[in-house]
Amino acid sequence: MSMTTRERRSAVLGVITLLTVVLAVVFGSPDKHAISLAEWARNAPNDFVTTAVAELDGSSGTATYGAPYVNDPTAGQKLGPLPLQRFGGVREPVDTAQDFVIGPLSTVTSDPALRSALARYQGASDDQRKAWTGAYADALGKAPDNDPAKVATGDYGPVPLLAGRLLDLARSGGLDGQLLSSGGFYQTDYAKPLLFIADGTYLEDQARAEHLGGDQWGMMNETGGYPGQAWLWLYTFWYQIPPFSSSDNADALVWALMMVLSLALVLLPFIPGLRSIPRATRVYRLIWREHYRTNR
Amino acid sequence: MTTEERMWTARLRNRATRALPPDQLLPDRQPAYVASWIYVFGVATLAALLVVLVSGGILALEGPQWYHGSPQGHFVNSLHLWSVELFFFTMVIHLWGKFFMAAWRGHRAMTWVTGAIAFLGSIGTAFTGYLVQSNFDSQWISTQAKDGLNSVGVGAWFNVLNYGQMLLFHVVLFPLVLGFLVIWHVLLVRRRGVVPPFADEAAAATPVPQAPQGEEVAS
Repeated sequence: MSMTTRERRSAVLGVITLLTVVLAVVFGSPDKHAISLAEWARNAPNDFVTTAVAELDGSSGTATYGAPYVNDPTAGQKLGPLPLQRFGGVREPVDTAQDFVIGPLSTVTSDPALRSALARYQGASDDQRKAWTGAYADALGKAPDNDPAKVATGDYGPVPLLAGRLLDLARSGGLDGQLLSSGGFYQTDYAKPLLFIADGTYLEDQARAEHLGGDQWGMMNETGGYPGQAWLWLYTFWYQIPPFSSSDNADALVWALMMVLSLALVLLPFIPGLRSIPRATRVYRLIWREHYRTNR
Repeated sequence: MTTEERMWTARLRNRATRALPPDQLLPDRQPAYVASWIYVFGVATLAALLVVLVSGGILALEGPQWYHGSPQGHFVNSLHLWSVELFFFTMVIHLWGKFFMAAWRGHRAMTWVTGAIAFLGSIGTAFTGYLVQSNFDSQWISTQAKDGLNSVGVGAWFNVLNYGQMLLFHVVLFPLVLGFLVIWHVLLVRRRGVVPPFADEAAAATPVPQAPQGEEVAS
């Protein structure tokens, strides 16, 4: 006995619902907890201090990013001669030294040594600050494991103390709140803490351990063995091959290419050649096998 | 024209009825060639979307932190995840099927166009879902994806680091647009009907059976 249209629709809905429930029961879903600044500071203090010094020095990824965070006409990706990234403007301004280091430390009022170090740093000329942060960043880079305790002696001014106190603040959990509470009581924008964490290597190390690196098809995957956003395979694919994999403008190039391909998909019925593929490949004879057999 | 006929409600009703008569809007029979298994995937996509909406609705009802701390919440999150996976799986097969059927033939180009845009819109909607999980995946995906959006100058408006904006994109803005596209797509399918087989050497000899002569099958 054949089913009616309505019965078949209900059957399909039933099968899909049942499949969903079975997959959810058997496989569940991933939920690796988010990394806090406190966790980062506790588990990878050397990376945290190195990153904090880079934020103070203005040499971190965010500090040199360009639009929409930093006003730097020389930074940002281009599509050929078009500086698309700069066209958006600096709409989410971030001053990494002030927002990530000096600002949070300035709220700590019960530490005379810190107050003195802050006053000395803020009272120094830009060149002097740059000399201190640059020298300390170099020294950290040369120290075993980038360990601040093993840094060679040198003229770093108040920078080691500032970085050390920021580490203490982060370990206590205070910095998580500080970076989020810059605009009022209710907060929904995690840009600053996320940019800070992403400037270090701890987040990426965790991601690579989960096979989520950019060269590991990371954009379409998720933690655990879950299928993730498999539908992003084509977008992710371009990042794995030259010239995209080695270009400084990879994101702009891939986005432009995907825009063109998406437009081609949408306008396929109007594109000569592409729209003739179905007739030429004759896959339709498999789809309508029954029809062609009965109408032979 | 009478006063009644001049009313916008009457004009809209008449226009809608002309474009989509009730038996065309909600057919109970389809042409015989719709018996092919490939047609199931269109309905399956809609069925999966329904499960996505219901499971997502329950998550919205309880709030975005619910599933981190409660087994019930985690289970509903799993339902939401797997229904999305099934939604894309069935939709991609539906898309490939329609491609090889050249389903845009016979004034059906707009049906293809709305379907293709809905597919791309679904990718954007699912992507924002991954951003609002408020877990490690959200952190990693957002810090990676920002570079793509920023590289073309739209990152400040589509700010993947802004949890509040992404949550609203995911549960309000994108579903509204996607819902509109899906309804438009389905109405176009109803209006134009499913695409008939190519009138090639076999079919050319015999006219394609049309409703209501065809057997009753799922559309």
